[in-house]
This record gives sequence, C-alpha cells and structure tokens, in this order.
Amino acid sequence: MTSAPLLHVKGLRVGFATEGGELQAVDGVSFDLAPGEVLAIVGESGSGKSVTAQTIIGLTRSPNARIEGSVRLRDTELMNASEAELRRFRGEQIAMVFQDPMTSLNPVYRVGDQIVEAIRAHREKMSNAEARKLAVEMLGSVGIPEPARRVDDYPHEFSGGMRQRAMIAMALALAPDVLIADEPTTALDVTIQAQILDLLGGLNRERNLATILITHDLGVVAEVADRVLVMYAGRVVEEGTLDQIFYDPQHPYTWGLLGSLTRLDRPRPKRLPQIRGAPPSLLDLPTGCSFRPRCPHAFDRCTELPDLAARLEEASEHRDRCWLTPEQKREERGVEGRIGLEEPA
Amino acid sequence: MGRFVVRRLLGMILVLFAISVLVFLIFNVIPNSDPAQRMAGKVATPALVRSITEEWGFDDPLPQQYLTTMEKIFSGDLISYSDQRDVDEEIVKGLPATFSLCIGAAVIWMFFGIVFGYLSAVRAGGLTDRLLTILAMIGISMPVFTLASIFLIYLTYKTQLFPSGGYVGLTEDPFDWAYHLVLPWTTLAILYVGFYSRVLRSNMLDAMSGDYVRTARAKGLSERRVMVRHVLRNSLIPVVTLFGLDFGATVGGGAILTEAIFSLNGVGDYAFESTTNLDLPPIMAITLFGAFFVVLFNTLVDIAYAYLDPRVRLGSSAQ
Repeated sequence: MTSAPLLHVKGLRVGFATEGGELQAVDGVSFDLAPGEVLAIVGESGSGKSVTAQTIIGLTRSPNARIEGSVRLRDTELMNASEAELRRFRGEQIAMVFQDPMTSLNPVYRVGDQIVEAIRAHREKMSNAEARKLAVEMLGSVGIPEPARRVDDYPHEFSGGMRQRAMIAMALALAPDVLIADEPTTALDVTIQAQILDLLGGLNRERNLATILITHDLGVVAEVADRVLVMYAGRVVEEGTLDQIFYDPQHPYTWGLLGSLTRLDRPRPKRLPQIRGAPPSLLDLPTGCSFRPRCPHAFDRCTELPDLAARLEEASEHRDRCWLTPEQKREERGVEGRIGLEEPA
Repeated sequence: MGRFVVRRLLGMILVLFAISVLVFLIFNVIPNSDPAQRMAGKVATPALVRSITEEWGFDDPLPQQYLTTMEKIFSGDLISYSDQRDVDEEIVKGLPATFSLCIGAAVIWMFFGIVFGYLSAVRAGGLTDRLLTILAMIGISMPVFTLASIFLIYLTYKTQLFPSGGYVGLTEDPFDWAYHLVLPWTTLAILYVGFYSRVLRSNMLDAMSGDYVRTARAKGLSERRVMVRHVLRNSLIPVVTLFGLDFGATVGGGAILTEAIFSLNGVGDYAFESTTNLDLPPIMAITLFGAFFVVLFNTLVDIAYAYLDPRVRLGSSAQ
C-alpha cells in the first residue's frame, strides 16, 4: 500500500452489557483502508464482523455498549465525535448497504423518496427536484431499467436484486469515500449475487471507492477483495492479501473455511468438509486461542493467546494468531491434496 | 377501488339486515315484553290490551311485523310504543350531542394517545415511560361510571368548576358547548388514551429494531426524523385501524354510559331510555344506526389502510 490510509481503525473493542454478563463482541480489531481498496471481513455469524462495521459509523452506540479504540477518517477521529457530528459522516462520507434488501427499505415510502431523503439530509440547499434528478441518475447507474419511471415505485414493486441495487444507489448518491457492504448478497439468488458483485466491483474501480465487504462467503471474497481479514469470536485471527489468504493461509480456522468451500475444478469430495463443533459463546470464551476447542492441531501453548503478528519473513503484511510454526502449518493444512482442516489420523 | 366500495356496500346491507332480524327476535322472546300489555298500563283490562294489540298489529305473524317495522324506520313513520313520539325525529335530535361528544373525545384520545405513546417509546425504560405506563394502566382499568362519578364529585359538586351535565348547542354558544363537554370528553377519551398509547408504544419498539430504521440512521438522518418519519409513521398503521373501529363503535353506542351520566340527551341517552322501557321501535332504529356507523368506519379504515400502507391494494387487483 503506497497511498495513505483513508480509514484507520485501531484497537477497536466493543462490549455489550447483557443479562448473562458483559460480552466482548469485538476485541481489538485494527486495519487500514486505502482509497479504491476492497477489504473483506470474513467470519461466521457472531464473529463480530457486522458489529465492527456498524461501530465505525456509530450505529452500535447505546447505553449498554462499551466502545473503545480509534476510528479515524482522514484526520477526523470518529470515536469521540458527538452524535450530531457523526451524523454528517454517515451517508455522506461513509455509506452502508445492508444484508436484507427486502426489509432495509421502508415499505411505506417510494424508493425515489427514500433516496431523496438521504441526499437532502446532507445537501440542505439542494431542491427536491434536483435531488430527485440525482436519484433517477443513480438508479440508472446501478442498472435499474427505466429509472425515471421506477423512481416512483414502492419497494414491494421491486425484485430483491433491484432493491439491493436501489440500496446501493442510495448509498452512493452522495459519492461517499467509504462504502460498507454488510453481507450485500447473502439474501439474494446466486445469479443476482453475481450481478450485484459485478456492480460493486465496477463502482469500486470507477469511483475509486474504498469498500469494506462483510461476508461469510469466501466465493464472494475471491471475486472482489484485495485484502482479507478473517475474524473469529470477536478477534482478527488472520489478515493478508487475497492471494496470501487463499494460497498460503496460516490459521487453522482459515484452512477450515477454505476447506469447506465446494470447488468445481476439483473432484467432488464424498462429504463436504466442515469445521467440527460450534463457535464459542462470547460470554464464555476459552482461555488463550478462542479456536482451540475446535482446532485439531491445538497443543499446550494454545492456552496462551497468540498475538496477531507477521510470522512469515517474506510477507510482513500477512499476520495471524497461531502458535504453529510456518513449516508445521504448511504440512498440516494439506488434506487430500488441498487446503483443509481435518482430524489428524 | 370502485368495485371495492360496491362490494362493501352490499356487505353492509347484509350486516344491517342480519342485525335487525336478530334484535327483533331477541325482543320478541324477552319475557314481559308484550308491548300491548305495557302500553295499556298497570291497570289494563284484557279488552284494552286486545284492542291495542289489534290496532298496532301485534298479533300479525312475526315476519310481517318485522317488515312493517323496517318499512317504518326507513320511511320515517316509526312511532315509539311507550310515548308515541316519532323515533327518527328523536334520533336526529340526539345527533348533535352524540357527534359532539364522540368527535371531540376522538380528537382528544388520538392526540394524547399518539403523544404519550411516542414519548413512552422514545424514552422506553426511563422515568417518563414508567410514569406514562402507570397513567395508561389507570386509564384502561377505570370504568366510565367510576371516572365520571369522581369527576362529578370533585369537579362539579365540591368545587363547582364544571357543569354536572346537559348539552348546549355548538351554534348557540361555542364556549358553553365546549365547557359542558369537557368532562364527558375526558371521561370517554381516557380509556382510549391509555389503550392507544400502549399499542403505539409497543408498535414503535417493534419498529425500532427494524432494518429500515437502521438504514434511516445509516443515511445520516437526525434521530428525531428517524423516529417520526420512519418509526412513528409505520407504527401508526395499526393505530388507525383501531381508531376506525373504536370511533364507529363509540358513535354506534359505545358512548351510552357517558351520555347517560352527563345527561347529554344524545342518541345514546335515547338508547338507554328505550332499553329500560323495552321500547322496540327506538331500539331497532338505534341498533341499525349504530351498526351502520360500525360498518361505515370499518370500510373507511380499509380505504385509509390502502393509502397508509402501499403494499395493501383494494379489490381484485391485489397481488
């Protein structure tokens, strides 16, 4: 990365007070995002990826939440910004697209009016007619046919893919610097998923838009990401470039994720490999490495939490949290000729 | 839309027919309800009863009696059995008082129901919310006659702040009109204020966790705008439904107690009086009048619904 980071997240911690005690949803997440870069945050449900994203724009602020760390957009620290200051960044400089386009638009307002509302929240001087014109333009640019007519449709008159396009149009109407896409394709059909990913990828190149893509789908990651952050139980367990994560993964959890991908270019396995067990409860995390109870390669030292550190001499940006030596890792991760996580015989 | 209204109108006629038959039958099986006997008075001779029976046609077959009564209701010739007054005229005389009471109370209950519900939801768990919850519970559990009695004792007899009852026409003296109606309005509205604020509060709390509310926040809207334009707007849909039903029911008889206690001489008062006298013609006419309003406001609610929630389309074009 030669360009200066646009978004700088350091030591982000988010805890929630619940009836069962305080849980640490996000525990020390740090990353930089450069203009035009696509950063994928990957992990299972409950790994803290969505909370990380929503905390960046202050959506997790509540009396029950304890938030620490730093989020800087260019030179502005967002963590100590007041709600009113933060509001100016939301939508205007950091926009967000959510998982379920069926429920993310308000059913009682016209699609166009919802986009206009987003525009005018930040452009007080812009007239309604101008904002509407911009909304039509945006709908056209995300591939809605006949945008001048469809702008007056209600969300239920749009298909799922069109609604997600409309969400993207709304998010990008004010030309934000950063787009956070939280599982933008999860609720869509596979063919529509590909279209939305193409759209996001194209916009990212055209507008030099920095994107945080949150997903549990490594297939999606492979399509569009430049860099990948793998999260497990609130912590980053591995980070690196797309190639590093896909071709030289260092953490057994990443092996498990990669191993459970179906691939068309390989012989079909008898049974799709899976990671045994279930993610731990955030209220009752194991000591040391959180993945230890599910990891077939765990050993004594794993009761001590490994730092997120570069453990490979040749790649200083490739960091992970695993005590195994790089040699052990390369040996252990090979399962039936591919990367995977399997019970050692 | 046109088809929808026609269909609802046909439905309304059916409902009114069924209700009128039911009331007529119930009246005829009530013991001691023989109108001739009652009209003849306490010292009736059998001859007098017989002559009244013949004169009024009480010995005709039931279906025919029913038809005669219905015909008279709609032609305006219906005469009360107990005092021989023209029933339709009496009802029309009572309309201003009844509508003044119901419309005024409805404005009050909608306004405070929405304001209290909104405040409760926005400050959920806080002091305001708890206070309003207690008030709402008191309002909901307080029967009209208890509340009215409390008002009459403390605000009328002890302090002379308000008149104890009676109705003054709006055109006669608008100030006096309102002054006489303050207590009846409050009495009638309090139950609904409590109820509506609770319904709105829980609807809003549900809506607040909605995805579109998160989207609204992510757009950078102010908290107030998120609450009013997105949370409140969507939560009002069920409240409007309730309102249509409750308002129809209030006009159609729900205000009887309030009218009677504050002697407003409205339609409800007339209904109360006629029921006590087992006077069939006014009972029939008032029941139909009430049922008409219930059905009418039901229909209006359905039409309003289509405007409030664009996913609802009326008639056969529904998806």
